[in-house]
This record gives sequence, structure tokens and C-alpha cells, in this order.
Amino acid sequence: MTPSVLAGLTGAALVGFGLYGLILHPHPLRKLLAFNLMGSGVFLIFGIVARRGAAAGFRFDPVPQAMVITGIVVAFAASAIAVALILRLSESGHVTLDPEVWTRPSDGDTK
Amino acid sequence: MSLLPILDVVLAGLVIGVAIFTITARELFASVVGYVAYGLLLAFVWIRLYAPDVALTEAAVGSGVTGVLLITAGKRLGALKNAAPEAQPGFAFKLLTGVLAALVASALGAVILMLPDPPPSLAPEAAAAADGAGAGLGNPITAVLMSYRSLDTMLEKIVLILAVVGVWSVGADKAWGSAPAPLRQQEPYAPMVFLAQMLAPVGALIAIHIFWTGANAPGGAFQGGALLAAMWMVTMMARLTDPPRIDTQWLRVALVAGPAVFLISGLAGEVVAGAFFAYPPSLAKPIILFIEAFMVLSIAAALPMLVAGPPSERPD
Repeated sequence: MTPSVLAGLTGAALVGFGLYGLILHPHPLRKLLAFNLMGSGVFLIFGIVARRGAAAGFRFDPVPQAMVITGIVVAFAASAIAVALILRLSESGHVTLDPEVWTRPSDGDTK
Repeated sequence: MSLLPILDVVLAGLVIGVAIFTITARELFASVVGYVAYGLLLAFVWIRLYAPDVALTEAAVGSGVTGVLLITAGKRLGALKNAAPEAQPGFAFKLLTGVLAALVASALGAVILMLPDPPPSLAPEAAAAADGAGAGLGNPITAVLMSYRSLDTMLEKIVLILAVVGVWSVGADKAWGSAPAPLRQQEPYAPMVFLAQMLAPVGALIAIHIFWTGANAPGGAFQGGALLAAMWMVTMMARLTDPPRIDTQWLRVALVAGPAVFLISGLAGEVVAGAFFAYPPSLAKPIILFIEAFMVLSIAAALPMLVAGPPSERPD
């Protein structure tokens, strides 16, 4: 098994674990974390496409690699917006995205 | 040579192990710490894939800055560390989700094992771009980012600005124009202040070096900018500085500078070199470095503002 296939399978496993966490975790921040995990798995799979595309004297295909770099930054920007929305959501008393479960911040007199 | 395959397997096992920990950890904080460690381990995998540029970005943005974002968010959520226990899903639902996740992962795995051979590649085009319009750039990644796919890179900077606008617009109407809440509410403690004072100047120098060397070696505007952003965040966490008011002129100029200079250079290319985002070959490298310098500035301003969050009303 070559390193790139191994890394690709790792990426596939990461997507699986990320999906599992994304669906099951009730806490929105945990969901976001799991989603980021999924994202990095996808990047890794794209990374082995870059590794396999070695040609023209390079040991990798620079185009997918450059796109992964762009992707990581965009993923961060999206995460930042998600965090801002989650914090805004928590100000209204919701902590989960599940409309049937309402929890309140327990730092005040609500405890 | 026989050691490397073993290292690869160990590394893959570690990455998956830490990923599982991140998903299953009980505490939000533990899970975030796991995620940061995971990002750093992933950077090693990227190095093994001959992608040091991606490794630097993953370590700086994917793991570092995202980690700060999540830790800050977790602190601001305060008592909401863990959602209500009654929200925990039942066993059947867990099993179903597990099966679904395993199916998706195995489908992806099967695709990876069946990737076409010979693999498609854009490397020759990228090499031509590195030799042509991006002449003099020894780093093919920088050549692709700044020359071959420059429109993508410019639009990605605009995505960052849109994200900043999005984060700011979540704030209350009354708070508009004021500063985001400080990254730490408590009084700073001495070791943190000392760390910030020691680390920030060194880190800023390394950031500028990574940007400068990115023309020929692994590195570049993204990585340098992210490191510079991290140094600014370290000083903010030590409360040596506080986030600036969002209506400050210099902040807005810094945010827009990167894409603006990029766009103007691209439009100038239409006149001078005959195509949108084309550079005159003799001047390609200085122009690219000039654009990249402003991009570093924009990234260094945008990432901390994304972490700092929407403007908030101060008690003063």
C-alpha cells in the first residue's frame, strides 16, 4: 500500500467519523468541529489526487494543492461565520439546533 | 527506507485515533484540544504527500486559528459547555448513523482504490505557468495561486471580507461600530503576557520570512498572513491590545487592501500584458510579490477579526 493510498483511506475514514459526529452531537460547536473534520478528510482525498498527478518534473500536481490551500482558508471563514451564528443563537436561549430541546444558560438564576 | 512505511501507518493510526477522540470526547474543551492536535498531525501527513505548503496552511489555519476560534467560542458560551444530556440520541439512532457513516467512508475508500490510471494531471499546465507569466517563481504552488489560478485566489480574499462582514452583521444594532469583545474576559496573568511579549516579535519576523521565501520555497502569503494573524491574536489574548473598533479607518483599509490591489493589478494586466490577470513577463515576480504583500496584510487583519467576533457593547 503506497503512502498516498493510505492517506486517501485515512481521509475516507475521517469523512466517516466527521459525518457520524455531525449527525449525533447535539451541541452546535461539536457539530461544527465534526464538520471541519469531514472537510479535512475531503482535503486529504484531494491531496492524494494531487500526489498521483505528479508530472512535468514535479512530485505532485500543484493545481489541486493550491486549491486545497484556498479551501482551508475558506473553510475557516465559513467556520467563523458559523461560530458567530451559534453565539448569537445562544443569546436567545437555544443551545442546540434541535427545536424540541430548549436549554438555557445555567450561569445565572436559571439554575 | 523500510522505516518510512511503518511511520506512515503509525501516523495514519494516530490521526484517526485523535479524530475519534475529538468526536467522542465528553467535554467541549477536550474535543477542541483534540482537534488542534489532530490538525498538527495532519500536517505531517501532508508533508508525506510532498505538500509542505498545504502542511503549513493546515498547521496555521486549519489547526491553530480554528482552534483559537473554537476555544474562544467555547469560553463565550460559558456554562453551555455540554448540551442538555436529555438531548443525547438513542441507541438505534446511533447505530443507524454509524452504518450511514461507514457506508459513506467505504464508498469513498472504494473510489480511492479505483482512481483512474494514468491519473489526470494539470501539472504540465502549471509548469508552463510557472515558467511563463509567473516567471522566476521557484515555488509552483505560488505560481499557480498567483498566476495560473489567480482569479480563484482573488475571490478567496473576497470570501474572507464577506465572512468578516457576515460576522460583524450578527452583532446588535446598538453595538455597530464599536469593538468586538476582548478575547479574554479575565485579567491577564503574567506568563501569558510574557509569552506574548517574547513570541510576537519573533513570530512576526518568521511570518514575514515565510511570505518572502514563498516565492521560491514552501511558504507564501497565506501561511505568512496566518502566522502574523496568530501573533496579533496572542497579544490580544494577553490583553496587551484589544480588538479595534470595527469602524476604524485603518482596519477597513487593511481588510480591503489585498483584494483591491490584486484586482487593480489584474485589470492593469488587461492593458499592459493583454489579458486579465496577466503580468508582463519581465516584471512578473516583483508584481506578484507586491500583490502578495497586501494579501498578507489583509489576511493578518481578517483572521483575527473573524475570531474576535461581532461588535459588542462595552459596559463603559
